[in-house]
Amino acid sequence: METVETADEEQHREDLGDQEDLEKRLKAYEGRASAVAGAGKDPVNAPMIRHWCEAMGDTNPAYTGPDAIAPPTMLQAWTMGGLSGHTGRTEAYDDLLSLLDEAGCTSVVATDCEQEYVRPLRPGDEITFDTVIESVSERKRTKLGTGYFVTTRMNIRAGEDLVGTHRFRILKYAPARRPEKKPPRPRPVVNRDNAGFWDGASRHRLLIQRCADCATLRFPWLPGCASCGSPDWDTVEATGEGTVYSYVVMHHPPFPAFDPPYAVALIELTEGVRMISNVVGIPHDQVRVGRPVRLEFQRFDEELVLPVFRAAEEPEGSPYATR
Amino acid sequence: MRPGDTLPPVEIPVTRTLVVAGAIASRDYQDVHHDPELARQKGSPDIFMNILTTNGLVGRYITDHFGPRAVLRKVAIRLGAPNHPGDTMVLTATIEEVTEETDGATATVRVVGDNAIGRHVTGTVTVTVPTASTVPPAPALPTPSSEEAG
Repeated sequence: METVETADEEQHREDLGDQEDLEKRLKAYEGRASAVAGAGKDPVNAPMIRHWCEAMGDTNPAYTGPDAIAPPTMLQAWTMGGLSGHTGRTEAYDDLLSLLDEAGCTSVVATDCEQEYVRPLRPGDEITFDTVIESVSERKRTKLGTGYFVTTRMNIRAGEDLVGTHRFRILKYAPARRPEKKPPRPRPVVNRDNAGFWDGASRHRLLIQRCADCATLRFPWLPGCASCGSPDWDTVEATGEGTVYSYVVMHHPPFPAFDPPYAVALIELTEGVRMISNVVGIPHDQVRVGRPVRLEFQRFDEELVLPVFRAAEEPEGSPYATR
Repeated sequence: MRPGDTLPPVEIPVTRTLVVAGAIASRDYQDVHHDPELARQKGSPDIFMNILTTNGLVGRYITDHFGPRAVLRKVAIRLGAPNHPGDTMVLTATIEEVTEETDGATATVRVVGDNAIGRHVTGTVTVTVPTASTVPPAPALPTPSSEEAG
């Protein structure tokens, strides 16, 4: 386990270094142009104005008729690239966005829009725009995910006239994973050969099969005796005392119903048979071969009760004493 | 029009149609504004209204109140809780400052839009409202028949 922790720490240090490096590289884009001489895909026009007004439910008569102006808040719409892409966008801005994409911040959401309208736009106005990257924030954690705010400022012209300015802030972020409902633990496969065991477990009794002829104990449950072949059997109830005979720690792959890392142990019962179970009550990295454990029954959901083994309290000075 | 005056609230039903129509009318084809599955993959429970639509609705709220001769000077908004389909956004506003000018008055209006999950938008709108005496009367609202004829 020690090697894993060291690797984690190393990774953490590297991550912090990478982040500082990334923030330095992001800051370098401040003040650079993000669009130069971009041009509106269409001149200001009545059909787009009408579509906008329909969508917004805006019946303002100023936006219709021979003297119509465009709704001022439509300012940005005239600059949008649409499905055919942006015009005038600089390599610097593409690089900035790629850098954020590579850092896992692949999603984008707009957070702020500040517009000033110098003069109204009218059908026929041909739009051009220039945009500068005002700022790139440090890394921020938000509800949507962790990312960076990028603020740009655009000057919009019709011919030579400055008609408006548009400051826009987006969050480029790595989407937070939505918590999914944890699936239940897998169900045991109960058949006529092992039904007695599961019946016992549901009544909080750990039953070991015993050969009715030679009295050999066997576990897991089987139709016949491995020593003498007899199909006849009865059961004895385990006292619940045992020790860890062997174990593994599950790290990967993570099964949806489980929280790795966790210890899967082969428990040797005092009766002499061994069974696979979980060791509970101590961290996975304190499970040791030979460690005494005691049976208990854990309810996982309405249907499922399983025998698990709790690490027994250790006397002072024992090699297994928990700190 | 005085500082402290409030505007009557307006309820905007946030339908899926409004979210999609607003996105397309503003030429915003980001998938989070029309594709629920891709929106979910990006950490959102459903599609959500784009900022241009919110901006348009805030502008409309102000000009609906102050009339067709009102001139928007500035609209500055910040988004918070997203507008998902099925929600209702209630826009409210308070006049913060009024500057009287020779031919009208310019007001700074604080606008807030709340939905079921929180505050969708906070914003400040600067609007100039010409005084009635110095400006010719507003053109009459087009009637349905004149619209059809035009």
